[in-house]
Amino acid sequence: MIPIMRAYAGRLLPQLIALTAIVIAISMVFPGFLNLQIQNGRLYGSMIDILNRGAPVVLLAIGMTVVIATKGIDLSVGAVMAICGAVAASLITSGHSLAETLLATLAVGIICGLWNGVLVAVLDIQPIIATLVLMVAGRGIAQLITEGTILTFNDPGLIFIGSGSFAGLPMPIVIWLVFSLIVALLVRRTALGMLVEAIGINRQASTLSGVLTPVLLVAAYVLSGLCAATAGIIAAADIRGADANNAGLWLELDAILAVVVGGTSLLGGRFSIAASVLGAVIIQAINTGILLSGFPPEFNLIIKAAIIIFILVLQSPRFRTGVSFLSIPKAAGKPTEREAK
Amino acid sequence: MKQKYLPLTATILIFGLSYALCVAQYPNMLSTRVIGNLLTDNAFLGIAAVGMTFVILSGGIDLSIGAVIAFAGVFLAVVLEHGGMHPLVAFALLLAITTLFGAIMGAIIHYLEMPAFIVTLAGMFLTRGMAFVLSIDSIPIKHPFYATLKSLYFKLPGGGRITLIGGLMLFVFAVGILIAHRTRFGTNIYALGGGTATAKLMGVPVAATTIRIYALSGLLAGLSGIVFSLYTSAGYSLAAVGVELDAITAVVIGGTLLTGGSGFVAGTLVGILIQGLIQTYITFDGTLSSWWTKILIGLLLFAFILLQKGIIHLSRPERQRA
Repeated sequence: MIPIMRAYAGRLLPQLIALTAIVIAISMVFPGFLNLQIQNGRLYGSMIDILNRGAPVVLLAIGMTVVIATKGIDLSVGAVMAICGAVAASLITSGHSLAETLLATLAVGIICGLWNGVLVAVLDIQPIIATLVLMVAGRGIAQLITEGTILTFNDPGLIFIGSGSFAGLPMPIVIWLVFSLIVALLVRRTALGMLVEAIGINRQASTLSGVLTPVLLVAAYVLSGLCAATAGIIAAADIRGADANNAGLWLELDAILAVVVGGTSLLGGRFSIAASVLGAVIIQAINTGILLSGFPPEFNLIIKAAIIIFILVLQSPRFRTGVSFLSIPKAAGKPTEREAK
Repeated sequence: MKQKYLPLTATILIFGLSYALCVAQYPNMLSTRVIGNLLTDNAFLGIAAVGMTFVILSGGIDLSIGAVIAFAGVFLAVVLEHGGMHPLVAFALLLAITTLFGAIMGAIIHYLEMPAFIVTLAGMFLTRGMAFVLSIDSIPIKHPFYATLKSLYFKLPGGGRITLIGGLMLFVFAVGILIAHRTRFGTNIYALGGGTATAKLMGVPVAATTIRIYALSGLLAGLSGIVFSLYTSAGYSLAAVGVELDAITAVVIGGTLLTGGSGFVAGTLVGILIQGLIQTYITFDGTLSSWWTKILIGLLLFAFILLQKGIIHLSRPERQRA
């Protein structure tokens, strides 16, 4: 058990160090940053705010991690968020019960995922393009559902998902914590995670060795659709309305960035759900940090670009061979790739 | 008929059919005015799409062009309104910057062996961030030279006008077709799209070609930004969001294979015109909402991807027999 724990800690170490450094940097500029208070049985504070605001990106990043591990990508998650927010808002305003609304919305997310999955796994279209179709058309569909307006609602049950609290934590945090735990256990306590990695490394070889490639590929995109649906519900519940134009706009890029910051390679293969969740929290911490420290928010994008370029250089096969070549004399016989990371 | 002409033929047929349908419903659409406007309104998209065609032909993708267009607009607005530079000097400076930017992305893609998708995504964040840093306001451009450029047009019979920017787009397409089919660089692009390893064995200079492709895409995105700033007479850092997706869609509808190696620059022009036609039809109709544009374009994109898959599927058994 202890070696396993150590392996996990080693995998997450760069992300944990980055997050700690960011938090320390912000709290030096802005001393009240680390304060936590309990009011009306709910935790308040900037740290909680980061976790709360980051909920949609965390959820999207969970689904995106599994999709990227299969050597795919899902560009449609932002549009699916908009569709699902619109569906939830229109169902609840037309008098359906909360349970019906939630189930139907999640079902819509699953259908969107199925569509993407079938295009990728059965029709064998490259993932970027297959999911581009839904990305282009999805926002139109969402606007069709809301009829071009921002649909607002007052149902207390649905609003609770966005701004309520459970056991002292805001609901969005509870939802993503539970969601990531379930997915992480599902992929790591069964062989599913390993099979997904096998597909990402070599799809043909895994099919030949008996992995049900099409089923797993479709399942990965369905999971991503389900995550996007949950994120869509949270985003709509947060503003008490469905905005087909802006809900989830460009969040697919943030989700991809979160996965990349989490150290999962875009070339498929090994993945870590926990690292992606940390990646999403890091991105949100940077966003909040820039706002708090009084830097103009315009620098946000440049900092994100700098982070991507830095990580790309670290992940680059060329760079790694270069580093391991240089460090062979020092660490003879030891696996140098881990250290190079 | 050769199989490689099939997607292009389908595109042209669809354009002809849909234009005929539009004219049957609204006879006014058959005028040189509508055609002239079609060219003017889609000029910036068309110019950027030529660059995207080359990138996709080589098997890559460039997500940064929308951001480059926005950056170009803000850069020109700031330089012209606050710097007092002559527009032509500013244009040359801007094109040099965007070309260099594209070349750097190409170099990163080649030398670090990273997917084009993520490198150009970083480029997109960087350029849009630079545009934000230059200015977050929408700056109007009031330089007299701009008014002169905008007043230039070629009059068609029937009252239509081919404006400077519409004509420039046609010129860029003509040059693009020449580059693709009549130069060594063009042949190298097609070879690269067929497979990097094969291209290398055939003696294609992979590094130089990759860098040049993205530099060309950067150059054309910069040119498209100039056209966009002429078209809107303003620079705004949030402008041209999602243009890269429109350009990719136009390229695919135009019959270029997304895996690279097969396609035509001319097809992209038809792809642009089909998108423009859908928008014009919705404007003429007046009752349809603008979001139908997105859904229809999405459906067309899907149909063309299926068509491409079908063609590849059909051509396989023949290859095995040969």
